[in-house]
Amino acid sequence: MSTGTPDLLLSTAPFLRAATTTPRIMREVLVAALLVLLAACWNFGIGALLVVAAATAGAAGSEWLFTRAEASSPLRDYSALTTGVLLGLTLPPALPLWMAFLGGIAGVGLGKLVWGGMGQNLFNPALVGRAFLQAAFPTAITTWAAPAESGARLALAPGLLAAPLMTASVDAVSAATPLGLAKFESQITDLGALLIGNTAGSLGETSALLLLLCGLWLAARRIFDWRLPVSTLLTVAVLSTVFHTLFPESAPPATFMLLSGGLLFGAVFMVTDPVTTPTTPRGAWLFGLGVGSLVVLIRLYGGLPEGVMYAILLMNALTPHINRHTQRRPFGARS
Amino acid sequence: MSAAAAAKTFRGGVHPDDHKRATEGLPIERMPFVDEYVMPLSQHIGAPSKAMVEAGQAVRRGQKIAEPGGFVSTALHAPVTGRVSAVELRLHPNGKMMPAIVIEADPYDSQQLPDAEPVDPSRLTGQEMVESVQQGGLVGLGGAAFPSHVKFQVPEGKRVKAAVINGCECEPYLTCDHRLMLERPESVMRGTEILRNQVGAERGYVGVEINKRDAIDALRAVAPKSVEVVPLQVKYPQGAEKLLIDAIFREQVPAGGLPLDIEILVNSVGTTVALADLFDGGIPLIERVVTVTGPAVARPRNLVVPLGTPVAAVIEHCGGLLPSAREVIFGGPMMGMAQKSLEVPLLKGTSGILCLDRGATQPVREYPCIRCGRCLEACPMFLNPTRLAQLARAERLDELESLHLMNCFECASCSFVCPSHIPLVQWMRIGKAMIRHRKESK
Repeated sequence: MSTGTPDLLLSTAPFLRAATTTPRIMREVLVAALLVLLAACWNFGIGALLVVAAATAGAAGSEWLFTRAEASSPLRDYSALTTGVLLGLTLPPALPLWMAFLGGIAGVGLGKLVWGGMGQNLFNPALVGRAFLQAAFPTAITTWAAPAESGARLALAPGLLAAPLMTASVDAVSAATPLGLAKFESQITDLGALLIGNTAGSLGETSALLLLLCGLWLAARRIFDWRLPVSTLLTVAVLSTVFHTLFPESAPPATFMLLSGGLLFGAVFMVTDPVTTPTTPRGAWLFGLGVGSLVVLIRLYGGLPEGVMYAILLMNALTPHINRHTQRRPFGARS
Repeated sequence: MSAAAAAKTFRGGVHPDDHKRATEGLPIERMPFVDEYVMPLSQHIGAPSKAMVEAGQAVRRGQKIAEPGGFVSTALHAPVTGRVSAVELRLHPNGKMMPAIVIEADPYDSQQLPDAEPVDPSRLTGQEMVESVQQGGLVGLGGAAFPSHVKFQVPEGKRVKAAVINGCECEPYLTCDHRLMLERPESVMRGTEILRNQVGAERGYVGVEINKRDAIDALRAVAPKSVEVVPLQVKYPQGAEKLLIDAIFREQVPAGGLPLDIEILVNSVGTTVALADLFDGGIPLIERVVTVTGPAVARPRNLVVPLGTPVAAVIEHCGGLLPSAREVIFGGPMMGMAQKSLEVPLLKGTSGILCLDRGATQPVREYPCIRCGRCLEACPMFLNPTRLAQLARAERLDELESLHLMNCFECASCSFVCPSHIPLVQWMRIGKAMIRHRKESK
């Protein structure tokens, strides 16, 4: 074999790259979210799939409509689908589909596109969509359906297919969520039910066990910064233990706080969104501290039984400041 | 305690696949002599050497052919016995046409080096020793090619407490230092002693990554009491001198400063062996060990190659490029330089010839930054590469300086780890160039 000078490429160092790519990161998060969706279908019936599909259609549709001019990008596609699925998983099982669809459009439109697209947004797009729905349809979004009976998984709640803009209320068999029971009726739900997910709540508030496994899996594969969810959950655990010790009658114990509501779902899928959370390791700890504290305070003293969404959105607003003030001292800097 | 747990390291860095299996077990072989050698006058940092031969002149292998061009400069020596055919512009691996001494080898000569009396460096004064090293053409063989004698001259009022030998070879693919430590450990220790005595350091340290266990054992077997072999975690860029010092001593060289500021001297294994050869054998720098490797060369190997050998001949000796070859790189895959023409010669600073195929050089798609923070975790200088790249794009030079861009030594850990394939280190280079340009035009 001779070196008959082949046409050699000229590029610059480095000539090696790490295996993880951004589309792959998005794809793995999407797969984990779909696993949670499957569990949600098991708990709440086939309606869960329709709600998430509607939210995803709104999210992905508006993303594709407004970025038509750009070249097709697997990253953009996975990101739009993930936002839609995650938004869908924060919604109640019997939410009218047209509302879920609108939520998807609001989430991607107001939460991402107007900021400049991928990587430019300040707030978590899925949570922006949910906040929009909370403000626009407060009754519908807080009407929780009971978990489906074994034989009724394929049945559809009539309210799901309500015509758009016709009714403001949800037609479904409603049930109180564990957090609602805790706040308004001082009733602590059995931990076993929480672990398996056999409780009322939003679609993502299913099996705590499954969510923990998803979280550990994604953390082990270094898909997200482990400090973000660990800091959040640790803060909730410590703070709720403090309150429970001081006010054992009105403040639930840490185990209940950790396993109920959207905290685990938020910790695994929302708090770990890289775009809207600090880039520095120290900043990640602070972010989790803030989210954890706000969740406990809102749950105990706020008007709503659940505070994960607002806690995260508020901390998203502080992320640029956290980033600026947690930069490491450069190597060799004089102290 | 397991070796990995005991091994020291620095904060940050990345873990590329080390790709050393192809050549780490291959003993160093000698590259046969070829017809023509091209010796560029600029093979080191600092002023180019000044040619002292002319076309038609006969030269002997090891004969000085160029004088140092200043203090931060060094001499050049003929790699073969033959005749100078020209002193003219030739293609340099940096891509430019630069002055070079071209020597036609004498095919009938034995190419034996003349016998030389060993010189005991401890009999020389400090100044004489520095002179000898400069006249011997020694430069940092780890890749930087900084004239070694400059480091050996300790300025008035300063002292050196430790001499550190860099045996890390953290760049993937390269195994020349590994083989040198394994095959010539006594020379490594001899060079360390010469170094220690010259600068007056009480102790010597040889830092070696633990993927070279056999080299660690070989060195420990012949190390004198004053020299400690320190196993280090396998991580890139452990071999960068500031990080090597941080790992061994837990001390940080001040930003913008030198190891001398904290009384430490660092030299690579290759330079240390060359130092021993210079004084014990009278051999100036006329050849060096190179690893020829990569998925697109037929027979990867470690070779000791005379300086000035055209890389085409070296690759030919290794079986030639495979049809899949796409890129040939001088150096390692993290900081090396791609070559367009294979007629360029091997220089003092060429540690490796990497032949990459299509798989390794696939053009990658760039995605937006998702602020994942991997580049911040990887940067060994604790900078914020994604922010710096953003600022460089926007040409905000004052902010670049205030965020310490000038501390970046372009190790490329950030580009390596970025999942969006953003050309971070390239933006660093652009930013630094803009700042330098602004300083010069003031």
